[in-house]
Amino acid sequence: MGDTSAGQGVRRERPLSPHLQIYSPLINMVTSIVHRMTGAALYFGTVLLAWWLTAAATSPDYFNYVSSWFATWAGQAVMIGYTWALLQHMFGGLRHFLWDTGRGYDLKVIDQLSWGSLALSFVMTGLIWLAVARGGL
Amino acid sequence: MTMRTPLKTARNLGSAKDGTDHFWKQRVTGVANVFLGLFLVWLIASLLGADHATVKARLANPLMSLALLATIVSGTVHMRLGMQTIIEDYVNGEAMKIVLLMLNTFFAALIALASIFAVLKLSFGA
Repeated sequence: MGDTSAGQGVRRERPLSPHLQIYSPLINMVTSIVHRMTGAALYFGTVLLAWWLTAAATSPDYFNYVSSWFATWAGQAVMIGYTWALLQHMFGGLRHFLWDTGRGYDLKVIDQLSWGSLALSFVMTGLIWLAVARGGL
Repeated sequence: MTMRTPLKTARNLGSAKDGTDHFWKQRVTGVANVFLGLFLVWLIASLLGADHATVKARLANPLMSLALLATIVSGTVHMRLGMQTIIEDYVNGEAMKIVLLMLNTFFAALIALASIFAVLKLSFGA
């Protein structure tokens, strides 16, 4: 790439805009990345939902087999993680709806919305799973 | 030298020929998903540890089936659009981009069809 002597077909080195590793992490930047990551996680996690629904529609035996996977320590962790990803993506999305109306662009408000979405998603995930642990919703 | 400005290709539906279609569908399904996502969390959380007969009866309830079908359709449309944006942002090779965009559609369609089929099978008496 650095060799310019070849002439034809060689791309000229152009200055690149600074990227992630240049900036110190700001909370709105973190939640922006988290929004995309939770979106991607939810995307692949739909396999589990389709699997669960298919199992319920197949037979009691197969449903019990699938349920036993979700009942494991890892299965529970994935479901708690999925709950948080969904709620974080939802609160992050609500923030975007506000921005779509042209409101909420003060730097201070942006920070508050970022921290707020994180706080709400963690608290709500905690409350839901606490309710589940205490005997279900 | 041409006197045409870039505005020429940006008129009406723009150079991509679909205008704000992607943006708007992402918002509409996003708004729907706020409600449908909360419904899904409640549905699954309330059925944790339940036996097959209970789960089957709950999912076969017409209101539950309809809400679940809406969740599946709105959710898979939304996630397909979102993943499309991720692919377009990070994949630079044109061939690879086209392949991944196709796989994205296939994946979303597979999840949607498998889930819808399961819900309908339960509703119509599996």
